[in-house]
Amino acid sequence: MELLWYIVIAFVLTVFFLLDGYDFGTGIIHLFFAKTEDDKKVIAKAAGLFWDSNEVWLVAAGGLLFMAFPVYYASIFSGFYLPLSMVLWLIIFRAIGLELRSQFEYQMWKDLWDKAFGISSLLLALFFGITLGNIVRGVNLGGVENGIAAYEAHYFFLPLWNPQFSPLSTNPGVIDWFTLIIGFISVLTLTIHGANWILLKTNSSINKDLKRIIFYSAIILTVFTILSLGVLGNINPGSFVNFIEQPFLFIFPLLFVGGLIGTLFIKKIKNEWLGLVFSSLLIIGGISTSLASMFPVILPSTNNLSRSLSIYNTSADEYSLGIAMIWGIIAFGLLLIYFIVQKKLTSGKIDDMDYGH
Amino acid sequence: MKIFALNFTMGVITGIPLEFQFGTNWAKFSELTGGIIGQTLAMEGTFSFFLESSFLALFIFGEKLMGQKLHLLTGIFVFIGSWASGYLILATNAWMQHPVGYEILENGKYVLSNFSALFSNPWLLPAFLHNQMASLVTSSFVIASIGAFYLLSKQNEEYGKLFLKTGIIFGLTSSLLVAFPTGDWNAKNVAIYQPASFAAMEGIFETEKAGSEIVLIGQPNMVEKKLDNKIAVPNILSFLTYKDWHKQILGMDKFEKEELPDNIPALYYSYHIMVGLGTIFIAIMSLAAFLLWRKKLFKSSKVLWAILFLFPFAYIANTTGWYVAELGRQPYLVYGLLKTDIGISPTVSSGNTLFTLLGFVGLYLVLALLFLLLVGKTIHSGPKPIKH
Repeated sequence: MELLWYIVIAFVLTVFFLLDGYDFGTGIIHLFFAKTEDDKKVIAKAAGLFWDSNEVWLVAAGGLLFMAFPVYYASIFSGFYLPLSMVLWLIIFRAIGLELRSQFEYQMWKDLWDKAFGISSLLLALFFGITLGNIVRGVNLGGVENGIAAYEAHYFFLPLWNPQFSPLSTNPGVIDWFTLIIGFISVLTLTIHGANWILLKTNSSINKDLKRIIFYSAIILTVFTILSLGVLGNINPGSFVNFIEQPFLFIFPLLFVGGLIGTLFIKKIKNEWLGLVFSSLLIIGGISTSLASMFPVILPSTNNLSRSLSIYNTSADEYSLGIAMIWGIIAFGLLLIYFIVQKKLTSGKIDDMDYGH
Repeated sequence: MKIFALNFTMGVITGIPLEFQFGTNWAKFSELTGGIIGQTLAMEGTFSFFLESSFLALFIFGEKLMGQKLHLLTGIFVFIGSWASGYLILATNAWMQHPVGYEILENGKYVLSNFSALFSNPWLLPAFLHNQMASLVTSSFVIASIGAFYLLSKQNEEYGKLFLKTGIIFGLTSSLLVAFPTGDWNAKNVAIYQPASFAAMEGIFETEKAGSEIVLIGQPNMVEKKLDNKIAVPNILSFLTYKDWHKQILGMDKFEKEELPDNIPALYYSYHIMVGLGTIFIAIMSLAAFLLWRKKLFKSSKVLWAILFLFPFAYIANTTGWYVAELGRQPYLVYGLLKTDIGISPTVSSGNTLFTLLGFVGLYLVLALLFLLLVGKTIHSGPKPIKH
């Protein structure tokens, strides 16, 4: 039952990054590449129409995580207190940026909220990547120093950074050079994803440049990915064991590689959907590979005193998990229906779609 | 509709922090009770929040896209979603007010033993209905208030009359329902399940043998344990609560200090502000409805002014109502079982919580200003003219 819920929540979280991921990427493209007012308007709209229905997947993932793995929820949310609070601020800024830009016709007003949308999207992509980096790297569970634990073994607290800035120090912070690498990987992946989304949904004048942007992002992404794999062996030597013991898990990194190869050939791809499929593979492959490398651990401990948190020592009891599976199936059926109806009604290019007025 | 959209956006972006904060700030509470309240919160996230958010954008922007019938359907979905959302959130809160269907393990964890008990909790239905009626009060007062503004400022007068009529009919109905039976029902629940909170919110310092008085005015004096310049009506409270003029109600003197809410004046004032405002709402709405029926309302500018200034008080009444629920439950997170100071995150220092608190205060202040600016702008620019 724990395993089943683990898969469900991983799925919901991946869907969140697939959907809201293109909003983040759209924001990044908007920040750096959109020049004319027409482009800015239509690109903001490509995220603005969808952000709130995409964000519900985050709420759902949070709620389900709370229900199924309450110990884990309590541990990571209080441990990553500072970055999560900042993610909340950024989510608020992004939302008001998108919702307010069309409220007044002054250029100054639009510029202000465009920047709020763009910068918060960029930072959100970075922070989510950094968070993933933290989970892969592990934390000092129990706050152990000189062999003495400061808290119960499943709690921890991270400062934003520490002076060494290194994942190998005894008390690594949220931001160190390793988590930053993962953060950049996330930014690049979501930039590619967002660019594909803009290609699919709009006829903006920068569409012709986007393929070039995707191509160069993919090259840098390749470099960063190889770099991250190179250092991962030092940081968390156990990361490759699962793949050696269970070779079928190689399917996950292969998804990522497939997505990367497809993206590198973006200039040859005529179908806009196909581009989005490749960038989706990057996201699916990236998340699933990270999770598979740790399984069944969901938060490694960096000291020898505290046990790593796994799906088995953080879950709710069997009765709760079973009951929730029953209503969960009903809920899933319903939301599949909402999702299809909603996408049907908003399919196609959105340039001329009436929005905001 | 635009105002609703603004409200909803504010609701979405301030609601996500709420979910996160169970984990960030109340980690121990989440760890211990997650097996139970995780159920209702996760259901809220998957059932109702999805329904609302998926169809909201379509409801607001999709009128042209879909035609009238489909558009109405999306509106119904949004309505069902938001009411279901309220129900599940209240189910969570009801469990904290009056825990049911649980077992406590040796390690202090609460596990669910009966899922359906969460929904047949005697606290839930009155609290839910009271809450929904209160939200109806707010929305109908806002509509009536905009209507009064249009008439007083002599613009969009046809809309003004329509808004007033709708706002007053719904406003009067909901003001009555929020007091009776739903408010009354809730107060009885507090008297039965949280007698210490009941004594504190009613301001009863001493137990009276032959029936308790109802306090209308008076300031709690915590040093001398009495109310200053009190105005009270004898025996009414006993009658209202138990249909018996002489039934004894326990005062605060009968409870240990550890059982009583830790901020008694705040609880007392919140409760009396809520009830006092509720009474004023009924009075003004009855008068307005009477004038509407006699067809004199649109010309009586005094009543229109009163309606114009009524809506902020509806927000205040709602907020104080939640204060009553939450302050009244103190010093517990889960009434009678889990004290508030145990529930906090063990690793988050007060310096860090202050840092994020200041951040949120600043951010919410900006949000509030923007919200007022945009609502003001929407009202000022007015609805599309009625076509004849």
